[in-house]
Amino acid sequence: MATVIKNEAVGKDFYLLKASGSFNAKIGQFCMLRAWDEYPVLSRPISIFDCDEEGISFLYKVVGHGTELLAQLKPGDAIDVQGPYGNGFPEVKGKIALVGGGIGVAPLYYTAKVLKAQGNAVDLYLGFNDEALLKEDYENVCDNLVVNIGGYVTDDINPAEYEYVMTCGPHIMMEVLHKKVKGTGAQLYVSMENRMGCGVGACLVCSCKTKDGNKKVCKDGPVFKAEEVFTDEQ
Amino acid sequence: MSSRLQVEFAGVPFKNPVVMASGTFGFGREYADLFDIEKLGGISSKGLTLNPRSGNEGIRIWETPSGIMNSVGLENPGVEGFIQKDLDWVNSLDLVNVVNVGGHSIEDYVQAVERLNDVHLDLLELNISCPNVKQGGMNFGVKTELAAEVVRTIRKVCKHKLVVKMSPNAENIVDLAKACEAEGADGLSLVNTFLGMAIDINKRKPVFNNGYAGVSGPAIKPIALRMVHQVCKNVQVPVMGLGGISTWQDAIEFIMAGATVIQVGTATFMRPEKALDIIDGMERYCEENGIQNLSEIRGIV
Ligand SMILES: Cc1cc2nc3c(=O)[nH]c(=O)nc-3n(C[C@H](O)[C@H](O)[C@H](O)COP(=O)(O)OP(=O)(O)OC[C@H]3O[C@@H](n4cnc5c(N)ncnc54)[C@H](O)[C@@H]3O)c2cc1C
Ligand SMILES: Cc1cc2nc3c(=O)[nH]c(=O)nc-3n(C[C@H](O)[C@H](O)[C@H](O)COP(=O)(O)O)c2cc1C
Ligand code: FES
Repeated sequence: MATVIKNEAVGKDFYLLKASGSFNAKIGQFCMLRAWDEYPVLSRPISIFDCDEEGISFLYKVVGHGTELLAQLKPGDAIDVQGPYGNGFPEVKGKIALVGGGIGVAPLYYTAKVLKAQGNAVDLYLGFNDEALLKEDYENVCDNLVVNIGGYVTDDINPAEYEYVMTCGPHIMMEVLHKKVKGTGAQLYVSMENRMGCGVGACLVCSCKTKDGNKKVCKDGPVFKAEEVFTDEQ
Repeated sequence: MSSRLQVEFAGVPFKNPVVMASGTFGFGREYADLFDIEKLGGISSKGLTLNPRSGNEGIRIWETPSGIMNSVGLENPGVEGFIQKDLDWVNSLDLVNVVNVGGHSIEDYVQAVERLNDVHLDLLELNISCPNVKQGGMNFGVKTELAAEVVRTIRKVCKHKLVVKMSPNAENIVDLAKACEAEGADGLSLVNTFLGMAIDINKRKPVFNNGYAGVSGPAIKPIALRMVHQVCKNVQVPVMGLGGISTWQDAIEFIMAGATVIQVGTATFMRPEKALDIIDGMERYCEENGIQNLSEIRGIV
């Protein structure tokens, strides 16, 4: 059990929760969160927003019962943080663009922070429906921040300028980006979001089709090379 | 651990009666990284079929109040894949190795079971209820005659101890249990998932591509317990009870209803080590109530 250090609203229905404890998180990984006993049955998969000596943070949007329960947590409350799980984004070297849509921006803060600290050039492209989240925080961990509100963030990026593009967001956004990146020489990595049961690779409810057969989003992913999961007929 | 929780099931000794339910624990590898799985009594493998299967399309899991619905569709590496990649590892553990086999035709069941005759395992659990699997169309676990036919055929070819895993969707659970016993099952396990449904009201369509899916978790516990009780009162062979067990109190209830072994499925998704809490709690309960062995309370209700 970890302890909640803070849990604050950072936008309408968006919260930033920090829990104490020592977690050895890689960029793009997620945790299974649980702040209740038996019901709801399933824990909730939430990406790692940040991780430091003090603890681990999550940026989440209240969309249903589980995230509502998370939003009620106060400093000092107990929270079960299972993980970190999943493969995460690769720690590459070069010129990197990170593209997030909606709550898909969550894993990109830590990703940008780590990749930038490793000496890479990192640009962030974040798309939101109506308000930008944590703009100053994101600004501090990248070279250039492009925020798009109400439009298509995929319109703002020229993939040819980059060696690597990493993205997390609505499926349709990632597909559009895949089409745009294809043929430019940049390598696109996508973070998939399937419903999960166990979160650790045992139950096969999160399977996703890939070029090389089924893979588990929780264990083999959530990050895949775009061409592995998006077939060209789509 | 004392000997209070030691049980024997169809001649197979268990250090404790807690087995991880098929399909919720893989082959154990993922959980072995998270906790000491050799503290468990046993593992029932992911349901294997003769050939590898890639499972169902579309949404595979949905939450319901106090439960979940799943429509995995028996995604698995096939019997041969399991034997090549996982069997030795499972056998190397200090656990009862239950191998779960599914099928969508009698011939498939037979060939899968025959292939497993050549290898070591402790118990073969025959899943006669595959409500998620459209192919073949029928569910062997609903009609007593059909279930009896599968068990009769498999009994003839199976060299291992045979446990028949029953469906709660059976037309008559007691008759079906008796028929499995009469056809030579060494034990029974029940229940598998209940057939359920969820509808996406925005799309005006079922949530699951197959329309229906299997309900499990605490929501089904009272019904599963009643079925285990009824079956235990009517057969001589030992029974593995399951369905919604998530606490040690639940587990003791199933033992009092007559189960020899219990299985934990969906509860593992709450927290990976749930089953260990159940084992500890059962041990404590026995200690506090002066019970030297679970057999003293088995079937007392
Ligand atoms: C790898 C991964 C990382 C994620 N990272 C974040 C994040 O950083 N921040 C964030 O706000 N959300 C994230 N999500 C989505 C988040 O898991 C869901 O929004 C959340 O589970 C909803 O739970 P609920 O009880 O509030 O909603 P309900 O709708 O009541 O949930 C019911 C069930 O559906 C599942 N579910 C609902 N929506 C989704 C969804 N979009 N994706 C997967 N499962 C869903 C829930 O887990 C639960 O089992 C992530 C999902 C995945 C798979
Ligand atoms: C995701 C999932 C996959 C399952 N796969 C199988 C399977 O392959 N074979 C089988 O016999 N039962 C399978 N089951 C059924 C469980 O083994 C168990 O019978 C059922 O879930 C009821 O127990 P529970 O409420 O403790 O989960 C599966 C259940 C779930 C939730
Ligand atoms: S959620 Fe169970 S295998 Fe991925």
